[in-house]
Amino acid sequence: MAMSMVEALRDAMDVKLAEDPGVVIFGEDVGYFGGVFRCTAGLQEKYGEQRVFDTPINESAIVGMAIGMATHGMRPCVEMQFADYMYPAYDQITQEAARMRFRSNGQFTCPMVIRMPTGGGIFGGQTHSQSPEALFTHVAGLKTVIPSTPYDAKGLLIAAIEDPDPVIFLEPKRLYNGPFNGDHQAKSVSWSQHPDGEVPPDHYTVPLGKAAIRCSGNEVTVLAYGTMVYVAQAAAEESGVDAEIIDLRTLLPLDLDTVQQSVEKTGRCVVVHEATKTSGFGAELIAEVQEACFWHLKAPIQRITGWDAPYPHAAEWDYFPGPKRLGAALVKAMKY
Amino acid sequence: MKKNAPALTFPKPPARPNESPDFSSVDVGVAGELGVPPIDIVAADCRPYANGLIRVLNDEGHAVGPWADFIDDVDLEFLTQGLRDMMTIRTLDQRMLNAQRQGKTSFYVQCTGEEAIGCAFQRQLQPGDMNFPTYRQQSLLIAAGYSMELLMGQLYSNELDPMQGRQLPVMHSSRKDGFFSISGNLGTQYIQAVGWAMANALTDDGKITAGWIGDGATASNDFHSALLCASVYQPPIVLNIVNNQWAISTYTGVASGKSRTYAARARGYGIPSLRVDGNDYLAVCAVSRWALTRVRQGYGPVAIEWFTYRTAPHSTSDDPSAYRPRDEAKAWPLGDPIDRLKQHLIVNEAWSEERHVQTQAQLLDEITTTQKAVEAHGTLVDNKPLSPALMFNEVFAEMPEHLRRQRQESGF
Repeated sequence: MAMSMVEALRDAMDVKLAEDPGVVIFGEDVGYFGGVFRCTAGLQEKYGEQRVFDTPINESAIVGMAIGMATHGMRPCVEMQFADYMYPAYDQITQEAARMRFRSNGQFTCPMVIRMPTGGGIFGGQTHSQSPEALFTHVAGLKTVIPSTPYDAKGLLIAAIEDPDPVIFLEPKRLYNGPFNGDHQAKSVSWSQHPDGEVPPDHYTVPLGKAAIRCSGNEVTVLAYGTMVYVAQAAAEESGVDAEIIDLRTLLPLDLDTVQQSVEKTGRCVVVHEATKTSGFGAELIAEVQEACFWHLKAPIQRITGWDAPYPHAAEWDYFPGPKRLGAALVKAMKY
Repeated sequence: MKKNAPALTFPKPPARPNESPDFSSVDVGVAGELGVPPIDIVAADCRPYANGLIRVLNDEGHAVGPWADFIDDVDLEFLTQGLRDMMTIRTLDQRMLNAQRQGKTSFYVQCTGEEAIGCAFQRQLQPGDMNFPTYRQQSLLIAAGYSMELLMGQLYSNELDPMQGRQLPVMHSSRKDGFFSISGNLGTQYIQAVGWAMANALTDDGKITAGWIGDGATASNDFHSALLCASVYQPPIVLNIVNNQWAISTYTGVASGKSRTYAARARGYGIPSLRVDGNDYLAVCAVSRWALTRVRQGYGPVAIEWFTYRTAPHSTSDDPSAYRPRDEAKAWPLGDPIDRLKQHLIVNEAWSEERHVQTQAQLLDEITTTQKAVEAHGTLVDNKPLSPALMFNEVFAEMPEHLRRQRQESGF
């Protein structure tokens, strides 16, 4: 059945709400209204307000309550309205949820999911566009997931809800309603015309910690996730470089095997993300790749990211790492 | 400064070192004065209970007033056990303080002067209820009958430590004893307690939750989050605020501002709130029972301010003589919880000075014997370390590949 990413995410929650009485969904505007991006639309009506409900505008309370429920044995799946709004909850996420199992030696655990829309491209300015994935991958005890297709969004979210540990579930909001290759002037495409918009209606999982090869190639490996998967595809097409595009899907734990095999084959690697450059997840990827594949590398690893500036409103498309910049990096990698 | 110009206030304690303790501004009311509110009371009607002070034991050691009647089935044997609980934790505190001074453990926190609160509260809980304590509520563990070997094992981070050396000495965790894992961060667990209480209701498990916070941490955002969410969702929770006057060196006025009491602050969130003499074992017993009964019967959350005084330093890393008069504890108008319950039992001919001395000696003997046995498994002085490889376990349910590689690299 053709689904947008929003519908696929909703379907994942629907499946889990039906299957597991311990699953509860809550956050700002997620109940009666169904979420500002509509991800939970209709779920309260279907399952009742005991299972799907609105919260005060207080992210640390949302996560704090979820920790209480998760340690009790429930499986909360909560929403941060934007990833940009998660900072008040960062203490609860990093020092509480992430370390509960460790500090209590397994007496108390946090099987919970924190969903949050991430990334820019919707003219959201500096408080509705951020990509804070590195702030989560840097924390011991958290898993960090980011899908790029409706199929993966549903399968990964079900896997995340079933995971015994806390999972940060980043949703590239520019992909909610269709794939986006970085050309903001092109006519928008809907998921219904995309093969990965086909989503089975029942329960299935996409395992955490496994990357997907979106496009096989021989000359250069592109490590991407979220929106950048489509930007990479466009960049490869436009530049004519025979690129292998890996969609990491889970940033932590990282599927280093898939990455290593690809880079050993191509001998070149380009890393791309929308988040700011310095200390970004790309730095981690580059370190891992050079450590694992040093003797196979024919060129310095290239890195294309958002600039080290807050996400600007008016100059959004000059900030967004589009196919032109990425294509140039692919060509540069080929020059060595 | 210009006349009528705005000026900031910086709250100051009544006395600093080398000054005479001064609690003349502390209004302790009269024992037996306040009544027992109806079980379904609403916040609007709680003003006298939130602003006043519920007391049962008077200065002569008699239990007086409606709250004494409320627990008239509590017999002297039960109270004698309460006294033993308090004497146990105080003796343990002294022994462990000494052990820290001898370098056997890195850190310790005493609860001296506050023993009645946890000891009496715990005995009103039922199996399966969950406390979300702070690090000054070891008294809950003692009254719950937690193994002294495990408790001391954690203090020494030796092989008896149920946390296997992962957590600070006093940050205990015992799920089966209704004692939630202590974070070490302040305030964070207050809102988690609300979440657990919501799970009590959502799963209909018939249990209730108790959140704990100190007066200093009421300043944290999580305190306000917890009160708001408890007010919004009405889960079965007792929200305890232990007001012991000091947050390390920071005087309670810096957390309270111009608010009159912490109970009044909780009442402002629409939560029925009471303020209680925390050094009065019978008052703690009575109000805990009332609050837990109310919560268990589904009438919604309650907040309780336990009014007490932190006699001990904040921790073994603290020196209170640097910021308050040395003899301030002695001047506390509500006395010492052990002395007061002891007096009550003697007045009622259930206890004597001789028995007290005997019990004290016996407890010291028992605890010292256990301590020696636990120390045989290692202390920081006589270190028998656990495998450092344990640090890689319990980060995740299943060890991911990158952590496995790091463990291998570490060589542990």
